[in-house]
Amino acid sequence: MAAVEVRELSTVYPNGVRAVDGLSLRIADGEFFALLGPSGCGKTTLLRTIAGLEPAASGRVLIGDVDVTRTEPGKRRVAMVFQDYALFPHMTVTDNVAYPLRVRGVSRAERVRTAERTTASLSLAGLSDRRPAQLSGGQQQRVALARAVASGGELLLLDEPLSNLDARLRLEARTFLKRLQRELGVTTIFVTHDQAEALALADRIAVMDAGRIRQLGTPSEVFRRPASTFVANFIGSTPMNLVDGSLSNGTVLVAGAQLPALVDGAPSPEVVVGVRPEYLTLHATRPAAAAFEGTVAVVETLGVSSLVTIECADGVTIGATVPEGSEPAVTTKVYATPQPGRLLLYSRETGELLGAAGS
Amino acid sequence: MTPGWVLRRIGFYVLISVLMAFFTVPMLWLATAPFDANPRLGLRWPDWTLDNVEATVRHPYALGSLGNALVLCGVTGALTCALAALAAYALSRVRLPGRDALLYVLLLLSSVVTGTAAMVPIFILMTQLGLIDSQFGTALVLTGGLLPAAIFILKDFVDAVPRSYEESARVFGASPSQVLLHVVVPVVRPGLATILVWAFVNAWGNFLLPYLLLRRIDSQPAAVVMKTLQDEGGSANLTVIPVFSLLYSIPVVVLYLLVSRRYGFRFHGGIKR
Repeated sequence: MAAVEVRELSTVYPNGVRAVDGLSLRIADGEFFALLGPSGCGKTTLLRTIAGLEPAASGRVLIGDVDVTRTEPGKRRVAMVFQDYALFPHMTVTDNVAYPLRVRGVSRAERVRTAERTTASLSLAGLSDRRPAQLSGGQQQRVALARAVASGGELLLLDEPLSNLDARLRLEARTFLKRLQRELGVTTIFVTHDQAEALALADRIAVMDAGRIRQLGTPSEVFRRPASTFVANFIGSTPMNLVDGSLSNGTVLVAGAQLPALVDGAPSPEVVVGVRPEYLTLHATRPAAAAFEGTVAVVETLGVSSLVTIECADGVTIGATVPEGSEPAVTTKVYATPQPGRLLLYSRETGELLGAAGS
Repeated sequence: MTPGWVLRRIGFYVLISVLMAFFTVPMLWLATAPFDANPRLGLRWPDWTLDNVEATVRHPYALGSLGNALVLCGVTGALTCALAALAAYALSRVRLPGRDALLYVLLLLSSVVTGTAAMVPIFILMTQLGLIDSQFGTALVLTGGLLPAAIFILKDFVDAVPRSYEESARVFGASPSQVLLHVVVPVVRPGLATILVWAFVNAWGNFLLPYLLLRRIDSQPAAVVMKTLQDEGGSANLTVIPVFSLLYSIPVVVLYLLVSRRYGFRFHGGIKR
């Protein structure tokens, strides 16, 4: 087991693209860490650089306090699961799982024993003589995990481990993966573009964009207090409301509402107000607290809750979720109050978080 | 079932019959003439005998030449496979400026290298190298001629192997040669089998190069010795030629059947294109 440290790391492709740009990061021993970001943000490149599959242009990679920046991938004691699983099609499940041991010259009997033990613990018993083409997607994914586990690496790297599975299987595999990681206690870094996956699995998340980390924190920190409008946009299954507003005398004017703002020393009165639909409460009559005011345009059922789209003054629309059974009728007038401390202010210029607002 | 449809059907089957006869008659000759007491170039019901087989076995060069051909073609096939695999892997994975142009030029020149145009230079080259009358030397020249096309075909197979297979093996500590032997070669095995059969058959049927480079009759392969099967008067030796032809055709058929059984219709690849 090992901690991972990345110092001022840059990875540059031969065509000049700086996929990872001066990035620093420390991942604790045993941590389940997510690299999250849109495609092309450099998250996979960072993972591949840690694995040693891409050379670092500058900076250092340390695994377990050993500098491995110039070390061959095979000598870093890492295990990796690729997005397409990269199972060898000509080998049986046993041979695939035991391949890392074969490379190390372990005897055939010992290899079979390790493979049996590992596949059994990943609910793959009875499949040892199958070839990858004869397995379902979920089984292939578990074989790839079993191979990584059997290699006994100190660091587990997962590149989009769930993205090749269909939606229902993905949830099952997600739970399985989280339990497996906890049982093994191995430091794990995984790459995903799915924010729900990152929130569900990770102990900590790094949200990446353009080869840099935009925010680093626990899932609830990243969800509750996105550090920038970029992160705010990216995290959350229903998009965060981001509405232009302006500061004056300790209040913020936004969409016809005037809300108290807890921010000092804002560089400019031009701000973006952000609030998640989940943190808005709807009222049929004007509440005592300051509120957004508008008419219901659309009601979308999400299951146990519904997403209500409200048209406010100046043509601004905001979304709010309401529990089932309390959906307002379309075209009625409603008032939406943000929960205390859940209204965030961002600089309109840089998109950085300035502070909180709301009663 | 209009009359026009019936006529078209009849015409179709007549055409097929004529075409089939064209291929069947020589095959029937090959099946009957070796066992005919009095073989001729025409097709007829034979007077069954095994005397021709005995005559062929006793012929001083017939069986030896088949052995020579097996060695020559075996070495050529193996060399072509091994070298094409290495070259195709390198060309597929290494970014080389003008890589495709290089391949096309090689392919174009290969037909010249082992062709009639280069007969004299090849002969001189091999004489100076002291490789005349050497099975290995001849196999080298044959391999040289087959390699560009073999690399070209095999590169397509290697291109289809996902890089993640190799990267996965590398992460688990495999050395470059282990990556090649454990992962790439097994995955492109159908391609290698294709190359092996193709190279073997090409070398098996090649007359000109062995004829030029193997001067001693006891080192010549079957395709060359076939030409020398004449009686004293210079006309074809019809006691030996039919049996010899039959034996000559066997290895190619066997090789085809083996590879077709292994890879022809039952290959379950894991390669997604």
